[in-house]
Amino acid sequence: MGGSGTLTGAALPGPFVDRLQAAGFDFFVGVPCSLVGPVIAELDRRGLYLPETREDAALGVAAGAYLGGRLPVVVMQNSGLGVSLNALGSLHILYGIPCLLLVTWRGYRGDDAPEHLVMGRALPDLLDLFRIPHRAPGPETLEADVAWAAAEMRERRTPVALLIRPGLFA
Amino acid sequence: MTLAEALGLLAPRIPDGTVCIHANGYVSRAGCATRDREECFYMIGSMGLAASIGLGLALARPDRRVLVLDGDGNVLMNPGALASIGAAAPPNLHHVCFDNGAHASTGGQRTISDRVRVEQVARACGYRWSGRVETPEALAAEVPAFLGREAPAFLLVRIALGPPGPPGPRVPHAPEAMTARLRRAVGAGA
Repeated sequence: MGGSGTLTGAALPGPFVDRLQAAGFDFFVGVPCSLVGPVIAELDRRGLYLPETREDAALGVAAGAYLGGRLPVVVMQNSGLGVSLNALGSLHILYGIPCLLLVTWRGYRGDDAPEHLVMGRALPDLLDLFRIPHRAPGPETLEADVAWAAAEMRERRTPVALLIRPGLFA
Repeated sequence: MTLAEALGLLAPRIPDGTVCIHANGYVSRAGCATRDREECFYMIGSMGLAASIGLGLALARPDRRVLVLDGDGNVLMNPGALASIGAAAPPNLHHVCFDNGAHASTGGQRTISDRVRVEQVARACGYRWSGRVETPEALAAEVPAFLGREAPAFLLVRIALGPPGPPGPRVPHAPEAMTARLRRAVGAGA
């Protein structure tokens, strides 16, 4: 896991997307969250972002893209991880289909609207249960964590998650 | 017309090189038993996502024809995929839905496809063409035309709920092997 304290300073979406592309990611699909709003805007500006209707559908699209030779990223709020578990379990993990999950961490430290508290508390444990490697980057570790995620995905052919905490892209 | 009979009319006409995404359940079993190729991908889980997988493949590989072989239970579980396909409008994606009005592999419990015209939903979502056939004669006549229709195109094939029990053996390929062989077949690496 990355740092656990309150984030100081914000990462810039432009260099972050540069870093993703440099690591080989070339297919971006998702369902939005305000915590990654600037990242989606940057992807959209570059003509790279495909909006989906549901997070598990986004995972299906990402799986298809991988089968076609692309390296996909799925953007989602952690609420969407709930509807994604069957796709992750019976498609990606089962078939050895990698995918970078950019999952926002609403409900982080219990400081959020009530609808986010249960998933916010369970998020890392849920990923651990599914044996999905994950890190929660800070601005200073983001570059290294992207490289780590890309290496894990390629080596293990599994989904890997970066948990985007409030303030990272504020 | 049973699922196997419908596939028997369709599968031999699918051009070589076409990537076929088979929905989970009996569509995969019957599809694999009818005509298995390297470019065939059979879902054994993730119900509802065949069309989404097909969309991702069609967008990633505009040089390839992609055919999704779906079922009514699958389409109704993830109707958002129809909207996403209609919106993205990949010109290389054809979508067939075998509609037996039931979840055959779980015992034949009814779906709601008798009251929801799925091909009309597809059309409303922006598919360039959609249609429906209900007899073997109509399917045989439509197949060659359908694969040449402007895409995304949707064909609902009304079939009978067959006798209880699976229409073929389980898909013999390991899931990871199916990933590897499809990626190899489309030149995407192992």
